[in-house]
Amino acid sequence: MEHKNLSLTLKVWRQKNSKAQGGFETYKIDGISTEMSFLEMFDVLNEKLINEGKEPVAFDHDCREGICGMCSMYINGRPHGPWHGTTTCQLHMRAFNNGDTIVVEPWRAKAFPVIRDLVVDRSAFDRIIEAGGYVSVNTGTPQDANAIPIPKQKADAAFDSAACIGCGACVAACKNSSAMLFVSAKVAQLANLPQGQPERATRALNMLDQMDKEGFGSCTHTGACEAVCPKEISVLNIAKLNNEYLGASLTVARD
Amino acid sequence: MSNGNFFTSSVGRKSIMGATGFFLISFLVVHVAINSLIFINIFNPSDKGHTFNVAANFMATNWVIHIMEVVLVLGLLAHAATGIRITILNKQKRPVKYAIAPTSSTWYSRSMGLLGTLILLFLVVHLRDFWYPTKVAEFVNHDIDQFNTYQVIVAAFQNPIRVVIYLVGVASLFYHLMHGFQAAFRTFGLVNKKYFSTIQCAGKYFAIIVCTLFALMPILTFIGLIK
Repeated sequence: MEHKNLSLTLKVWRQKNSKAQGGFETYKIDGISTEMSFLEMFDVLNEKLINEGKEPVAFDHDCREGICGMCSMYINGRPHGPWHGTTTCQLHMRAFNNGDTIVVEPWRAKAFPVIRDLVVDRSAFDRIIEAGGYVSVNTGTPQDANAIPIPKQKADAAFDSAACIGCGACVAACKNSSAMLFVSAKVAQLANLPQGQPERATRALNMLDQMDKEGFGSCTHTGACEAVCPKEISVLNIAKLNNEYLGASLTVARD
Repeated sequence: MSNGNFFTSSVGRKSIMGATGFFLISFLVVHVAINSLIFINIFNPSDKGHTFNVAANFMATNWVIHIMEVVLVLGLLAHAATGIRITILNKQKRPVKYAIAPTSSTWYSRSMGLLGTLILLFLVVHLRDFWYPTKVAEFVNHDIDQFNTYQVIVAAFQNPIRVVIYLVGVASLFYHLMHGFQAAFRTFGLVNKKYFSTIQCAGKYFAIIVCTLFALMPILTFIGLIK
């Protein structure tokens, strides 16, 4: 692929802290290689800002390999930018043209308050997982790997759901800021595995109740989440979650 | 788990939308089937609306239908009230809006609240036009047996403004069904990998067929094919 250097205009959301009123700042940046990742472009911008004695832009990142789910930029009206099935860190600058203006915003949701600039607090996801996104096992000697037979189809389906990295792009893209794709991926993954059966019903109830408590919206099936999911988690997981929740509501007696 | 808890949960509220949605879809099937009897007059002008009037008269006077009318109103109110509640609650979940709004879904799937409101406004006009006169005939004038629904419809659709209002109403219903039909199945988890595309396809064809038949009535009457 042909290598080029780009001159770009960036409109970036700047916000001092969760209480402060934020706003867009415009930055001109030159010499951005098309081989760079989107985050490397931000590294260049931040070095420039530091050299000028200004505050660098705060943004989340960790592995930069598209598997940790930390990066979270809303680029030109789309979580993780224009490429399908890609995280921000794996988005490369060849997706853009010389002279482009790129608008970068944080995930926006009541349940994901901005901490600073492009960094949002996604600990609501952790609390949803704590509410039931696990299997309880006694510690001790691990049993033989093949002791519990799992049909290949089920294992594959569970694996597809387990691919969720919990980045929150589904919430960011949803007009209702619903976390249903995230919750459903975990519920569907464990519902497909024999290890998930003992806590299956209470898991669906508790995780969804926690989702509602955290201030996420309800699912109106627009499919915006699936379209932007970097791991291409299917909306069919949501149908599965609804099924699990309705069944559990009818059968489980709770306090 | 208490029932109160379920019906105020996000999935519980959506279940009310889905269940009442399914019920309203079943009503649409009956409504469009009886409407379609009017097309007989295109092929057999000597009928002069007789077949249609017999069916319309049955629907206006049968006591089972009277009970279902009440259930229908309750179903519609539950659907509308829950829909408005869901729309308001969901709007509150993003206090700070994006500078560039996300567009990774169809416009009509994101506009169910707006489309539903248009349908509700249309229903006010629609009930005033055709439902109210039959009730006056039945309970006030007691001459429902002589009531010629066919003539009322033919007269009503000579007015181009009314035809346009009806077409806007049907268009709103079309896009509402394009999303609502398949969404109801998904709310109840009644789809899987194998049947998902079948349900989506069925929803589209249902919307196209039902809304085309609804739209043809005012159009064909206005251009004089039904008279």
